[in-house]
Amino acid sequence: MRIIVLTILIGLCTNFAFAQQTGSVHVKNATVITVTGEVLENTDVLVRDGKITAIGQNLSTPSGVSAVDASGKFVLPGIIDAHSHLGIARGINEASNPVTAEVSMRDVIDPNDVGIYRALAGGVTAMHVLHGSANVIGGQGATVKMTYGGDANEMLVHDAPRTIKFALGENPTRVHGQGIGIQPRTRMGVEQVIREHFDEAIEYRNNRTAYLEAQGQYERNPRRSTAPQPVAKNLRMEVLADIVEGDIRVHCHSYRADEILMLMRVFNDYGIKNYTFQHANEAFKVAPELAKNGAHTSIFADWWAYKFEVYYSTSYNAAILNHYGVINSINSDSDELIRHLNHEAAKAVRYGGVSEADALKMITINPAIQLGMENRIGSIEVGKDADFAIWSGHPLSIYSMAEKTYVNGVIRFDRDNDPDDMRINQSATQDYDMFVDISGREVDACMQDVFEFFGEADAQQNHSHR
Amino acid sequence: MKKSLKYFLSGLILLIVGVQVNAQIPEKATFGKFALFGGTIHTVSDGVIENGVLLIDGNTISFVGNNVRITNDYTSIDVTGKHVYPGLIDAGSSLGLVEISAVPVTVDNAEIGSMNPHMRAFTAINPNSVAIPVTRVEGVTTVISNPASGVISGKSTMINLYGYSPDSMAVIQDAGLYVNWPNVSRRGSWDSRTDEEIQKQYDEQIKSLDEFIADAVFYHKVKADYTSSPDGKKSPSKNSAMEAMGDVVAGKIPLIISVDREAEILKAIEWTQKNPSMKFIFSSVAEGWRVADQLAEAEIPCLVGPLLRLPSRDHDNYQRAYQNAAIMHEAGVKIAIRTGDTENVRNLPFNAGYAATYGLGKDEALKAITLYPAQIFGVDDKIGSLREGLLANIVVTNGDILETMTNVEHVFINGHKIPMNSRHIQLYDEFLNRDVR
Repeated sequence: MRIIVLTILIGLCTNFAFAQQTGSVHVKNATVITVTGEVLENTDVLVRDGKITAIGQNLSTPSGVSAVDASGKFVLPGIIDAHSHLGIARGINEASNPVTAEVSMRDVIDPNDVGIYRALAGGVTAMHVLHGSANVIGGQGATVKMTYGGDANEMLVHDAPRTIKFALGENPTRVHGQGIGIQPRTRMGVEQVIREHFDEAIEYRNNRTAYLEAQGQYERNPRRSTAPQPVAKNLRMEVLADIVEGDIRVHCHSYRADEILMLMRVFNDYGIKNYTFQHANEAFKVAPELAKNGAHTSIFADWWAYKFEVYYSTSYNAAILNHYGVINSINSDSDELIRHLNHEAAKAVRYGGVSEADALKMITINPAIQLGMENRIGSIEVGKDADFAIWSGHPLSIYSMAEKTYVNGVIRFDRDNDPDDMRINQSATQDYDMFVDISGREVDACMQDVFEFFGEADAQQNHSHR
Repeated sequence: MKKSLKYFLSGLILLIVGVQVNAQIPEKATFGKFALFGGTIHTVSDGVIENGVLLIDGNTISFVGNNVRITNDYTSIDVTGKHVYPGLIDAGSSLGLVEISAVPVTVDNAEIGSMNPHMRAFTAINPNSVAIPVTRVEGVTTVISNPASGVISGKSTMINLYGYSPDSMAVIQDAGLYVNWPNVSRRGSWDSRTDEEIQKQYDEQIKSLDEFIADAVFYHKVKADYTSSPDGKKSPSKNSAMEAMGDVVAGKIPLIISVDREAEILKAIEWTQKNPSMKFIFSSVAEGWRVADQLAEAEIPCLVGPLLRLPSRDHDNYQRAYQNAAIMHEAGVKIAIRTGDTENVRNLPFNAGYAATYGLGKDEALKAITLYPAQIFGVDDKIGSLREGLLANIVVTNGDILETMTNVEHVFINGHKIPMNSRHIQLYDEFLNRDVR
């Protein structure tokens, strides 16, 4: 009896930790855009238990595996959105301090947000969920797979590298400087907030490490030494120190060229590598410097002019960054835009003639690299996760639709089985019939919750004024 | 020797200065006679002409067809393998009125007050808005630009995207009276009003709209009475808001009613039927697909869009917003497609492209951003198709104009050959191969 209970308990624990559904499927006779290699005509992709096990022509279907005829259709790796605030309802900005490194988006994942299903319908299989841009150093991000309707634990990619959001420019200076009269009110202040916190974190880590060592010695041999003065654990400082030590990848909301240069200077001073500038509308102005520092960018295809710091933008940003060899992705920052990132990537071809192959990298392998996930997702290769979509035509054409989307080999969206109402676990207090008015850029997603923080009047103004 | 070096140097300096000055002169539009030959001409109104010729004579198109001799007074442009389209028309935007939406001093589409029929978008159009060249080099040559605030926001204007004054840009100075239909539901999760409060506020707004219209009808009746026989009568005092309603109540200028939700569309349809002398167009119409039959029956043209938006309810199918235009068209509603945008009006062909993919088809989608908006605003004898006698608003592309990866190669607006330049292209040219020292 005891053994049975123990077995069940162990089973439950395992289930809890690795509750990821996997599937098997044999996709036949497609045009396979591998992204990291050739485009393969009339090619099969075989998936066993969530992994791609074979890519080739006329593969035989293993028994028990369903076959899908994809003749005349395209297979593209699942689109990865490196900048999203989807599925973290009302948990975007902890706008109460210019530095809130201790909070994490991992704690606010809502796997039942119907937006996840709608993103799947646009061929998206993974996204990077970020804290908002109210704070200079915001909260930690979460890399998630689009397993709609599972639990939050299933969505989270548990072994993904840790990430954190930084934000420069108008948003933190508006919220903290203009809003409540504390630093930073200027781009000068933003730099010093970062430097001061890094210095403090280094000192904290030294003191804390010294204390723990001394405490260890004392505990091993209490008679030969005195108890050291304790240094209390500080979660914010722990995270900041991990950033400085290179254990967390920074994704920094930024627009202007000067602030991009500033952060690269700061990071060089502290030896921080592996970072991505998010939005980075003026990255094209400092593309050689970005390339030299190995910095990455994750941008909008064409958003501009909605505020002053994006007035001197160009839709040719992606083309210039690509020309200089900067690893760049195209992101959504929007529950609407995430549905057609293939169309956004096609704009890189339109504006500046980026090759179709490079444009597709910007929504697949490049965001995977930026999340440190390139060994698992972002291309069609044997051994990688079976995250992909079957498209009716070339994914960069406006006339193409994602028809079937697979995550870990499990079909999560199928146009042939697509009921109207895809909501799950609706709460009784939720307004069933709430009108949604979101078209792309009209919501400043990065600043959600901030205006609620300041009061309802401002919130209303923000909504009527995008 | 020294002297000649000095002359040489000063000559060099002159040359350099000359070149620099030259480079600072922005490229200008050219005007005259142009012949586009060899292309596929999408007339929109009369089918497709392969290997056709289109002649531009001053402001207008003087020939569209196959057999014509191109005399040597025409500047010939070989468009073999290219596609020739009428300039695209966005049936609803804020272009020219808003420069940077987050900077209030650059926002001129939202006047204070709830009843502002005398506010004219035409007045505040900035011909030098940076977004105008950005938009037109992507093929959009004409937009409706709307005021936005209050219940009656003011008069919308229809402008071509080339000119040095609103006067020279205007296709119709006052194209419609823009009305925000009052909301009968919550505006968002932050809207904490009770159902009763919402209904009360809605009823009050409709009552004041009705009263305002009744006042306008009465004002113009009194004015007409006085004008026809002023003897012995006191001259009625002038009211600019009431004056501005004259052409509206007389049915000469349509009301453009911005309305999205099913319940409000139905109420708005009912309301239009109480005012048979006036003309109506609906704009935005996010849930038009739910009530497409009623809209068709009421014969109200609809300016639909943006289509690249989320479905309006969480319980709707993911593609409903993309399908909206197609479902309404299928039911018999006269539609045009709009972006509702300012700086990204250039995405108009992509809104039409999504409509095409999700049921409308390419031909009808193209009409929804050319011929149909021209017809809805009664200017199809000026713009919206490629026919002899129409304004030369023309776009030449290297492929399907609705397809994202297509490039626009030439644009003519009102006969002017537009320089293919904009802030976005200038920044590209400057920074693509930047000095890296």
